[in-house]
Amino acid sequence: MQEAMIKRAKELLTDGTVNRVLGWQKGGVAYDATPAVFDSAEALEQGFVYDDFTAANLSKYLVKETKNEGKVLVFLKPCDTYSLNQLTKEHRVNRDNVYVIGVGCDGKADVEKLRAQGMDGILGITAEGDNFVVETLYGNKTVAKADVLAERCVVCKSRKLMTYDEILGEDGEVIDSNRFDMVEQLENMTSDQRYAFWQNELSRCIRCNACRNVCPACTCEKCVFDNVNSGVANTAAADSFEEKLFHVIRAFHVAGRCTDCGECSRVCPQGIPLHLLNRKFIKDINELYGEYQAGEDTDSRGPLTNFTYDDCEPSIVHERGVE
Amino acid sequence: MQVEKKEFKPTIVAFCCNWCSYAGADLSGTNRLNYPANVKIIRVPCSCRVNPMFVLRAFQRGADGVIICGCHPGDCHYTTGNYYARRRMTLLFSMLDFLGIERDRTRLEWVSAAEGAKFAATMNDFVETVTKLGENKRLEDLRCKKQ
Repeated sequence: MQEAMIKRAKELLTDGTVNRVLGWQKGGVAYDATPAVFDSAEALEQGFVYDDFTAANLSKYLVKETKNEGKVLVFLKPCDTYSLNQLTKEHRVNRDNVYVIGVGCDGKADVEKLRAQGMDGILGITAEGDNFVVETLYGNKTVAKADVLAERCVVCKSRKLMTYDEILGEDGEVIDSNRFDMVEQLENMTSDQRYAFWQNELSRCIRCNACRNVCPACTCEKCVFDNVNSGVANTAAADSFEEKLFHVIRAFHVAGRCTDCGECSRVCPQGIPLHLLNRKFIKDINELYGEYQAGEDTDSRGPLTNFTYDDCEPSIVHERGVE
Repeated sequence: MQVEKKEFKPTIVAFCCNWCSYAGADLSGTNRLNYPANVKIIRVPCSCRVNPMFVLRAFQRGADGVIICGCHPGDCHYTTGNYYARRRMTLLFSMLDFLGIERDRTRLEWVSAAEGAKFAATMNDFVETVTKLGENKRLEDLRCKKQ
């Protein structure tokens, strides 16, 4: 795949369709591929990588990139195409300045899960059928994909590319996934249990803001969490209230726009399941205001910028779930 | 040593829209209807002015319950504001419930300018509910606590 991508990118650079390529380059370690812009065939040859660790969603980088001169080539996985559609809808990205190559995706590996399988000194990864072959300092090891796929890929919602100019690999289908199972499980707990659960999760937050910075829906130029007068600017939480405030507001700001790409949980250094907060909003919106998948199109109105005359009243919260 | 046990009186923050509920509160006053003095009214131009952050902030600064009052659906001074507020607050209340915060601490109520009696009744009922729940412990900020 990587060779095919580099080859195609070189062709497009040579014939002048695009003048730079947004992709991934090797990070400090093999499992830490970093988004990068390449502007020549040599740079691509040297640095471009694509494997089962290149999980980063590149859509957000297009907000900045499309403001520059000329077209940019970008490689997007199915979940990233949802984000691009959403950004196009919000006029954050100039779609005319992007050349999208959609790449098929069978799910990315979660390095934490690999480590849990006892793998150290990871040097590389290749997919072989239902297995990953992981190259380590201590020789090659084979592991079943199902055991080490990232959580968001286990409950993948769609392998269908929503927007593209051409496709490398295979386009997939929208999947009827069980991604709301964990949210439902929490909903069925008592409020004491839920409180204990979230207290335990959110108290680990160090306010590194990685979840905000990586989120393709969080693209405000001036963020409330950067405003020093707001009292919630970038500082470690001094009180458990601040953790809740940050995470409720963060999730609320992307409610109805979150495509559930799962980047927030991927980048969290503390392993907080942040996607559950986003999914709760998505689930509520689906149940109360009709099925809605952000990023499916570029012209519909989002659920929170829309209403009907007979929407339910907030008291519905009382009628649902356990006490 | 005898410790005097004080009766718990909750602090309630009521966001009232300027055009309906605030006038409704005024009417309940001119009609000499009783409602507890621990309801602190904050006037907002429209119920849809209430940002989710306002609600959380109110809890942080010591509120034990937050109620948002606006014009009845269809009567909004700005035509559609309360419809947006309704969706937003539904989602916010649901999220707070999801985090394990007592769902009775938040409420949204439609009170028109002519419903002074409803305003007083709503506040009496809400204060009673929150008094039963007791102090807000789950969304408190220790730094904001009065000694």
